[in-house]
Amino acid sequence: MSIGLLIFVFVLAIFLGVELISKVPSQLHTPLMSGTNAISGITIVGALTAAGTGADLIGSILGTIAVIFATINVVGGYLVTNRMLAMFKRKKEEQ
Amino acid sequence: MADYTETLINLGYIIASILFILGIKMLGKPELARRGNLVSALGMLIAVVAALFECCLTFSWVIAGLIIGSLIGAIAARTVKMTAMPQMVALLNGFGGIASLLVGWQNYHSQPDSNLFIRIALLLAVLIGGVAFSGSLIAYGKLAEKIPGRPMSFRGQLPLNAIIIGLILLCGAVFAYNPAAAYGYPIFIFILLLTLTIGVLGVIPIGGADMPVVIALLNSYSGLAACAAGFIILNNVLIVAGSLVGASGLILTGIMCKAMNRSLGNVLFSGLQTSTSSAESARIQGDPKPISSEDAYFILEAARSVVFVPGYGMAVAQAQHAVRELGEILENNGAEVRYAIHPVAGRMPGHMNVLLAEANVLYEQLAEMDDVNPIMDSVDVCIVIGANDVVNPAAREIASSSIFGMPIIDADRAKTVIVLKRSMAAGFSGVDNPLFVKENTRMLFGDAKATVQQLVAEFKES
Repeated sequence: MSIGLLIFVFVLAIFLGVELISKVPSQLHTPLMSGTNAISGITIVGALTAAGTGADLIGSILGTIAVIFATINVVGGYLVTNRMLAMFKRKKEEQ
Repeated sequence: MADYTETLINLGYIIASILFILGIKMLGKPELARRGNLVSALGMLIAVVAALFECCLTFSWVIAGLIIGSLIGAIAARTVKMTAMPQMVALLNGFGGIASLLVGWQNYHSQPDSNLFIRIALLLAVLIGGVAFSGSLIAYGKLAEKIPGRPMSFRGQLPLNAIIIGLILLCGAVFAYNPAAAYGYPIFIFILLLTLTIGVLGVIPIGGADMPVVIALLNSYSGLAACAAGFIILNNVLIVAGSLVGASGLILTGIMCKAMNRSLGNVLFSGLQTSTSSAESARIQGDPKPISSEDAYFILEAARSVVFVPGYGMAVAQAQHAVRELGEILENNGAEVRYAIHPVAGRMPGHMNVLLAEANVLYEQLAEMDDVNPIMDSVDVCIVIGANDVVNPAAREIASSSIFGMPIIDADRAKTVIVLKRSMAAGFSGVDNPLFVKENTRMLFGDAKATVQQLVAEFKES
């Protein structure tokens, strides 16, 4: 994939991100933060490649540690966010 | 066949990116938020499965890493207390940062002679990921009170920071020129250590009450680090997801700064300035009027509208359940009860909302600052629980105050204000609070949880 295309995608995604989250009620600030935090665990894709293609033992170990941290970030992030959002109750749902 | 697989993998990444975008959009809407989180989790699952198809020559390391990480993540997420959520978020964020750093490291370790573009991406992944990691660990330490939450600085810290950043730039240039040279690896490790150091030095001078800004900013960094990792492995899904997180983190940072009427630079560096003499702030005239919980009961018993203003003190005392119970009793007594929440109350964005939700306070009862201020004049009793700076009228009235201009909840305009507080100590900003000596303010000293429970008991006895 050409470098120019990657940068093109990057710039568009930044603008998209700004447009997506221009107005969020403060009730959702924490879930939004921990939910996007889980998304930043997407680096797990890079970590998997790193762990699966280590040139030597050290390379494999570095990659595997990356996988462990990224997986904690992903799994922990989504579960914690879900736990928080499950607590936000509204009247109609309760009855 | 090979082409066919590659197309499917790329299709998987595209679907994952779309699900992330939809998920984030839904996370911003109360009624869709929970589904949004699941949508984005599904996107992550698809991305991981797609990656497994192309990633690996050997699977043993990969599977081991996935299992260990999932177990730790799941256990931590299930067992963490809601009051510990700020430090949990900080820690998870740091883990994302170090994962991106390690991706960069492994890539350099395995292919030292990459092209210039990848070298730069690699450096950025190490730099941003490293700062996100060590900065988040310090934030974690401060939030979990493993290290002091107050701003910590030492003489010459600003020049030291400048020297370190200069060294990073210099070493980065030397490294990028020829990473495969004999000196390449030592320089790489040196850059890594400098990066971790600058993350520590950057967060240590920032005080606990400014943590909402720091967490939001570090969140943005971990996204950008993932983005840099995407440039290393030339993968669009990392770039899309990483920059979405980067952008959302920056927006949240901006919202937090605006809620304190301060610039980001002021939040990040004010701890480093030689402390402006706090003695100059005008001493406040008047004496606080302490009351007993019995007196407070009589005031509340007659109230027709009550607004609670929670702050970090409520989190420390873990008083949210007791507060909700008191709120219910007041409602049954015929009062209209609301909870007014300042955007930076607590230690992370939305901290108070999470705690009150945990205690089963209904979403409809939570009011934002801008909604509650216009009706404050008609409120009978405003109960301030462990909040200080966010209700300090000095921000409105005293131009020389260091928090002048910060938007506050106008608790003082209620007919009666009851302030639950441990002692007369000043808030985080070190500014005295004229609210405590106002004519219509009563002070109810003691532990917030115990005091609220006493009030509940008074109502039950009667």
